[in-house]
Amino acid sequence: MSVNVLNAGLLTTVQDIGRTGSQKFGVLVSGAMDSYSMRIANLLVGNDEREGILEITLFGTTLQFEEDTLIAITGGDLQTTVDGIPVANWRPLIVKKGSILKFGFAIEGCRAYLAIAGGIDVSVVMDSKSTYMVAGIGGFNGRALQQNDQLSFGPLTESNAKVFALIEREGTPDWAVPHHPLISLASTQTIRMIEGTEYQHFDEASKQRLVSEPYVVTPQSNRMGLRLEGQALSLTEKLELLSEGVTFGTVQIPPNGKPIILMADRQTAGGYPKIGQVITADLGSLSQVKPNAKLYFQLITHAQAERELIAKEELIKQIKIGIQHKLHY
Amino acid sequence: MSDQKSLDIKVLGDSAIIIKLGEGIHPSIHQQVKNLSYLLDEYPFDGFIESVPAYNSLAVYYSPYLVYQSMNGFQIDGTPIEKVTDYINQLAIQISDLPVTEGRVVEIPVLYGGEFGPDLEIVAETHGMSVEEVITIHTTPEYLVYMIGFAPGFPFLGGLDERIATPRKLTPRTSIPPGSVGIAGKQTGVYPLETPGGWQIIGRTPTDLFVPDMSPPSLLQSGDKIKFCPMTQEEYDEQKKVMTCQ
Repeated sequence: MSVNVLNAGLLTTVQDIGRTGSQKFGVLVSGAMDSYSMRIANLLVGNDEREGILEITLFGTTLQFEEDTLIAITGGDLQTTVDGIPVANWRPLIVKKGSILKFGFAIEGCRAYLAIAGGIDVSVVMDSKSTYMVAGIGGFNGRALQQNDQLSFGPLTESNAKVFALIEREGTPDWAVPHHPLISLASTQTIRMIEGTEYQHFDEASKQRLVSEPYVVTPQSNRMGLRLEGQALSLTEKLELLSEGVTFGTVQIPPNGKPIILMADRQTAGGYPKIGQVITADLGSLSQVKPNAKLYFQLITHAQAERELIAKEELIKQIKIGIQHKLHY
Repeated sequence: MSDQKSLDIKVLGDSAIIIKLGEGIHPSIHQQVKNLSYLLDEYPFDGFIESVPAYNSLAVYYSPYLVYQSMNGFQIDGTPIEKVTDYINQLAIQISDLPVTEGRVVEIPVLYGGEFGPDLEIVAETHGMSVEEVITIHTTPEYLVYMIGFAPGFPFLGGLDERIATPRKLTPRTSIPPGSVGIAGKQTGVYPLETPGGWQIIGRTPTDLFVPDMSPPSLLQSGDKIKFCPMTQEEYDEQKKVMTCQ
């Protein structure tokens, strides 16, 4: 079973939950930018939630299916159609043999996630299917999809087969997983952060600006980092820092004072002062902001950040049970 | 045991911490980094994901949700971060008991100068010495691998002789071939992959520093030592991927 890439789009890559365990060798974590959407897409087709999916950025990918295939699309709304007819996100559906699935332009959010029953059949490199573009490994031949690529799926598991049979029998469900409690797709977002490791070294005016002024996501942003435009932030005095660990959501301030938020394809270490750290619970929403989107930052405590993260994981657990119940797997 | 000093732990968000084990770049501080990294790998806590050594700090990544579950929700007093820091502080009590381990010494043969080392003469001229002297000085020390980062398998090394420390090129090259050995200020290192860069390139090694199919994928690890040794063009051609210096 496979799918043919008729049009690659802007940037479509295979991603999963990420490549952990090898950062000490300089290997990036990568993985889906919005892992909440990724996990739900997998659950909707009966996959393991950590399975590889396609991450489609901003616009354009067109795929043709060689067999009847069970899929689910989550994340941003890229005006997806099957043979020209709009399809709804956040629910499982079957695409018929020969049908053409087309992603248009993102009207809400920035990235869509396409899960395919059985998972995407690419080799597992260092325990992950995620595309590591810098090193040219993982995913589909270590790169983004190109026109005329042919992507294969894994065999259906028992749970895939159950969902497949159910959708075949009863059609696309009339319910959808609500995305609002998991991620926001709004074009202006309030993103929560906690104080970064060098927060105290920034001057008072900068600390004020950070939580009162909007920051605009520039077009130079990508899977490695979001580069923001706005009021420059400055230290009370120059800091000489040695490189040390950074993570998803680390807000670094380079010498020009304009924040860079490190994302899924970040390097494993950094040496710029860290003014903040976006909370894990808000990383999905942050990953859905488009270039020119406006961000406001809100500072919360570490304890609140932990509570938000736990609440979101508990919510996913509930959603998972709900999906499995509705889809009988 | 009660007078044991707590570690200097900084939170890096809600899912990671950075443990600082000293200031500056010193082999003795790095030994502590290596020991703590070893202890965590040997005795991980529930929810531990990985630890990443740097010059004088260790980043520890974990899942607060798994820590929370291991606490049986909040039925045990405290929060995930408290549980993690308590655990690591307890574990670190053993840090001084560990024997000082000598890392492996990995020999890296280098073909110096010529088309593979286009900046060797610039380095020699900068310091008013012959290229042979630069090679001798570069191949004398054992360099400590403090951390791997920037690119997969890329070693941050300590121990470059100040006599050959040379500023970066004013205009970085757009592409430096894999295996290139360079100098940048007081640093020296090897590029595992093709990348842009501003280092002064003095030679090239046929040794692969990063092979994704290998386990581990990186030839070098934090705590290893490397020794460069000169090789001839003939040896270079013959010894692709051979790691010894005969």
